[in-house]
Amino acid sequence: MLLFLLRRILIAVPTIFLISIFVFLLQKLLPGDPLLVLAGEERDPEVLEFLREKYRLNDPIWRQYLAWIGNALQGDLGISLRTNQPVTELMAEKLPVTIQLAVMSMIFALTIGIPAGILSAVKKGTATDYVANVVALSGLSIPNFWLGIMLILLVSVKWQLLPASGYVPLSEDFGQSIRTMIMPAFVLGTALAATLMRHTRSSMLSVLSADYVRTARAKGLTERVVVLRHAFRNALTPIVTLTALLFGELVAGAVLTEQIFTIPGFGKLVVDAVFNRDYAVVQGIVLVTAVGFIAMNLVADMLYFVLNPRLRGQ
Amino acid sequence: MPHLNTALIAALLGATALSATPAIAKDLRIALQSDADVLDPDQSRTFVGRIVYASLCDKLVDITPDLEIVPQLATSWSTSEDGLRVTMQLREDVLFHDGTPFDADAVARNIERSQTLEESRRKSELASITGTEVLGEYEIALDLAGPDATLMAQLADRAGMIMSPSAFDETGVDFGLNPICSGPFAFEERVAQDRIVLTKFDDYWNADAIHFDSVTFLPIPDTTVRLANLQSGDIDMLERLAATDLAQAEADDGIVVDSAVSLGYQGITFNLGNGERGDNPWGNDARLRQALSYAIDREAINQVVFDGAFAPGNQSFPPTSPWYNSDLPVEGRDVERARELLAEAGYPDGLELEVQVPNTTVPLQLMQVVQAMAAEAGIDISIVSKEFATLLADQSAGDYTASQVGWSGRVDPDGNNHQFATTDGGINDSRFSDPRVDELLNAARVGTTFEARKAAYDDAMAIMLEELPRLFLYHQTWIWAYDDALQGFVPYPDGMIRLEGVTWEE
Repeated sequence: MLLFLLRRILIAVPTIFLISIFVFLLQKLLPGDPLLVLAGEERDPEVLEFLREKYRLNDPIWRQYLAWIGNALQGDLGISLRTNQPVTELMAEKLPVTIQLAVMSMIFALTIGIPAGILSAVKKGTATDYVANVVALSGLSIPNFWLGIMLILLVSVKWQLLPASGYVPLSEDFGQSIRTMIMPAFVLGTALAATLMRHTRSSMLSVLSADYVRTARAKGLTERVVVLRHAFRNALTPIVTLTALLFGELVAGAVLTEQIFTIPGFGKLVVDAVFNRDYAVVQGIVLVTAVGFIAMNLVADMLYFVLNPRLRGQ
Repeated sequence: MPHLNTALIAALLGATALSATPAIAKDLRIALQSDADVLDPDQSRTFVGRIVYASLCDKLVDITPDLEIVPQLATSWSTSEDGLRVTMQLREDVLFHDGTPFDADAVARNIERSQTLEESRRKSELASITGTEVLGEYEIALDLAGPDATLMAQLADRAGMIMSPSAFDETGVDFGLNPICSGPFAFEERVAQDRIVLTKFDDYWNADAIHFDSVTFLPIPDTTVRLANLQSGDIDMLERLAATDLAQAEADDGIVVDSAVSLGYQGITFNLGNGERGDNPWGNDARLRQALSYAIDREAINQVVFDGAFAPGNQSFPPTSPWYNSDLPVEGRDVERARELLAEAGYPDGLELEVQVPNTTVPLQLMQVVQAMAAEAGIDISIVSKEFATLLADQSAGDYTASQVGWSGRVDPDGNNHQFATTDGGINDSRFSDPRVDELLNAARVGTTFEARKAAYDDAMAIMLEELPRLFLYHQTWIWAYDDALQGFVPYPDGMIRLEGVTWEE
């Protein structure tokens, strides 16, 4: 297993480098001058030239890249063009927020998606199955931003139950922190729950018709044990992969959700940075997200070992 | 703990006993349309940044809602006969948030920093100052290269904000990470894109006028969400309510809406001579630009796009400004005249015009209305929508025919005209050049009386409206919405939020 992991990590390194080059180039190809955005209304040519030099924007792209990646390897991702804050500091500030949002969304997604998927597979063709499918389909097709605004108007403005937006760190006020996060996590979680439900259902269906399940039933095991112990455990493998991939989707979904609920996480940081052509921030986030995504996949691979004894021998 | 409670109750009772209308000290939460940039008055450039400064940093002078210059850190000032020296008396009971006392030397150090810090965006605003002389602990003289009628207006904004010299000596270019000024509130913390927290500065010279323990600024970009937050009680006040949300806000009993016409303008800038693309019919013949102006119904734009909440306009300042040339009022639409002008210019069958527009909803709606109106006069407008950064870059490089842009406006009329319309103007993206306009705008800059300056602006405006390098369409109105417990808020045309005298009364 150690060897397998090492191999995976070795593949991950060049992948991250390729991603970093790609992001860097793409960004430089975008039209629009970051300094003009920064200068805003007051466009003093002298100041612009000074800043261009200061942020090395006059250097050839490859040299800018080498300088950036060199510093990045030493843990320095540069300074935000807009607020002068170090990018690593900005991200360290945002990371716990997005992780909290991601974890809470995942809890929603898993507790809704997986039981619903199992239930609809076991009760295939019944009313329960149809209802679950219709709900899942709606979950997939309702846009996050719409659901978000509707929830704010209903839950916050009309019922005044939960705060409409904002964020309180967990360490500051646990209860309030959870309260501010419930709606955004629900909005993000439901979309993922729908995907999870559909996949759990199909994965369960294929497993339920397998020989060993028939054997288990023939042995006289209760339906509960057959479904949860024998079938579900085997159906889990593809679901774990999917869940890991969904974390990527979560980051993408967080972009919109964080905008609506004004949660100061990665998503909001990246949107604002893109609009402000705050190169250093965008690059930093993409790099860190890529690393995180690859790490999630590694975790998924490790879970395979736990779930599937046949892999352990390899 | 019991001690604390007793003290608290005593304090509350005391407060109630002292004033008939108890102003309950609390945290005021204000939602901003976007996040501020770096909080260093010398380096910053965003509008919302200035809103934060209004509570954080005092300036040498301030303005009234009628744009008169009034004392703040400077208590009085006078200009020498030849206009080359401004002498200021300074307030004596002022401390910076770090305890450093404020004096003439601090003012001199601040002006020096604004002029010499390489990152400074204030250089051009203070360009007329050649030196300072500290005349006494609380008296300073500014020496000028020439008479400068705009200087006091500059000192009423970021260029006149005074930071603690000991703080900027220590932090240098990173001053903005922990800004220290002398305003009513001191910097507490900032979480980018989330909040900026300021706490009441107990030693503020005008502390009696401040009735909040702290102010929290929260950037909430979506205007609907901003209003929802106000309605749910999560914030107390918001700035820049969308005109389209006005009806909903006004229908809510717990919400008060205030507004003020801004100092800026929105319009269409033409390329007259900025690179090759300036050589086109629209850039070469003023009659075409006039034809477009006649084809547009400015009042209809205001009604259709802004629900009537904004101010139709045809000059670089709004009709509410004392500088507005009332001999040239906003005219109604005249499609016949537009067609005549097109024919005179040699285009009896009409012609095409490409306009670049920022890819956000309001500019797009605006241009679509203009497009429909222009079509009836035979002008076929094609809208090219660009992300704002790209649009600006193209405009500045001359890669455009016409551009829908605006300007947030300045207290002094010079700021809305000089750098756009004089031949060597720093942001004259049109490359408009007219010796008469140069002469008039330069003269207005150094004019000593209101009447003399006004006459120069009136004449310059007449020529600019004839030539139309910039075609003005409307003036944005700043709209604030707030909880009705908030009392004493005064709307200013500069869009700032001043908290002096504002109270919270449930």
